Amino acid sequence: MSVRSTVRALPTLFRVGFAEMVAYRAEMLVWVLATTMPLIMLALWSAVAHDAPVGRFDQQDFVAYFLATFIVRQLTGAWVAWQLSFEVRTGTLAMRLLRPVHPMVSYAVENLAAIPLRLVVALPVAVIALLLTGSSRLPHDPLLWVIFLVSLLGGWVITFLANAVIGTLALWTGSSVKVMDVWLALFMVFSGYLIPVELFPPVIRGVIEVLPFRYQIGFPVELLTRGLDRAAALRLLLAQWVWVGLFLLGFRIIWRRGLQRFAAYGG
Amino acid sequence: MSAIGRYWRLFEVQVRSSVLLGLQYRADFILDGVVSLFWTLTALVPLFTVFHLRQTVAGWTFEEALLVTGWFTLLEAILEGAINPSLTAVVDHIRKGTLDFVLLKPADAQFLVSTARFEPWRSTNVVTALVLWTLAFVRMGRPPSLPGSVAAVLLLVTATALLYSLWILTVSAAFYVVKIDNLTNLFNSIFDAARWPVQVFRGLMRWVFTFIIPLALMTTFPAEAMLGRLPLTALAWSVVGAGVFGWLSRRVWLSSIAHYTSASS
Repeated sequence: MSVRSTVRALPTLFRVGFAEMVAYRAEMLVWVLATTMPLIMLALWSAVAHDAPVGRFDQQDFVAYFLATFIVRQLTGAWVAWQLSFEVRTGTLAMRLLRPVHPMVSYAVENLAAIPLRLVVALPVAVIALLLTGSSRLPHDPLLWVIFLVSLLGGWVITFLANAVIGTLALWTGSSVKVMDVWLALFMVFSGYLIPVELFPPVIRGVIEVLPFRYQIGFPVELLTRGLDRAAALRLLLAQWVWVGLFLLGFRIIWRRGLQRFAAYGG
Repeated sequence: MSAIGRYWRLFEVQVRSSVLLGLQYRADFILDGVVSLFWTLTALVPLFTVFHLRQTVAGWTFEEALLVTGWFTLLEAILEGAINPSLTAVVDHIRKGTLDFVLLKPADAQFLVSTARFEPWRSTNVVTALVLWTLAFVRMGRPPSLPGSVAAVLLLVTATALLYSLWILTVSAAFYVVKIDNLTNLFNSIFDAARWPVQVFRGLMRWVFTFIIPLALMTTFPAEAMLGRLPLTALAWSVVGAGVFGWLSRRVWLSSIAHYTSASS
């Protein structure tokens, strides 16, 4: 699998992935509707901030924060853990292994192919957010916008690789959906998805700084809504990409060892 | 033999076969229990954070809101143990076209699919709910109101009926849009709003959660009943509401199976 042949295959893989998304658009819509949790949390936090602001957050800030959370979640989605777990159990992973492209590349492109359709949902939400809360919270420094785009990519890569690592565990246990459930529960609480990281007591905030979850969602959202300065943004970006590196390393080790155990049942 | 007697026996047979099936996967029981306990505990974090910052939210104190969470946890346990397993199986039947075999049997199809699978060992959260209620009342330093508790038991029945009706309505959608195996996901994510007292939501959202997707009737009302502050009219409306939803879901189910075109043939 040379790099060149992989790169040449990318546009086709993307087209196939996109066609699949269009074919199952109803299913996609259900998925999007199922990620409305930020809107519920928005209602809750608005009620909390009804009489007086919470920390630096007034009701408007919560609107901006949670709508941004919804958008970032749409654009950083990955679900390889379930795919891998399923394909290991049914043995269809063998088909992917036979192709001259690394399975992770094909999974990654399939997951990314959902983004154009998800943008269709995310863009109107972005417009609504801007109309409701104005543009004063958005960063004015172009460098911060560059950092935001890089952080969005980093957030997606961490989500994807965490999925891939947990999905690969299925090679040992047969199914790793339960492990993914535990990961998701931690993600919900510590990523800033339900609670802005700033609102945690300082001790817990310190723990969250070193966990990977915040770099999946909270960090890009904070870049958009919190007015971080360059130094703080770059420091968090560095931490994010350290996690990208760690997950990449972890994945390589676990994938190599796991594949030796793979015995395509019934494939 | 009367129709009720016949369905009761059928019910017993279905439960027995679920239990036998479940006993084959004993290790899953412990794992499921641990995972769902973990979910419940992490789901409490927002509650703690919110009340760490504020004494009351939308007129609810921490202890009172804990009662609502307790009701949510209990209903979630019922959903996981008695409703989800059967109805996920229906969606599967519809996609594969194997619903034919159910429809051919000489008994009501809705009854058959709804009782097809019980997984009571998934209901470890019933215990968590009891712990949360006890904790709330111990912290409040008073017992639950007695007439209120009687009302709460009645509301448990209506809430379960509502939950079941909503599930039937969701599953009916699977007849029209075939590849929806993530309906459970959608349902759970909407149901998640029931974790909070309905007063938290404002305007349109509160209206929707009271009348269209009656989450308020399932968790907020029973908690208010336990506190002894649910008006009798609200109790009466809950019973009426559950009846209306039950009837509506039955109509929709009947018209949906009329649409069913077996995928296999």
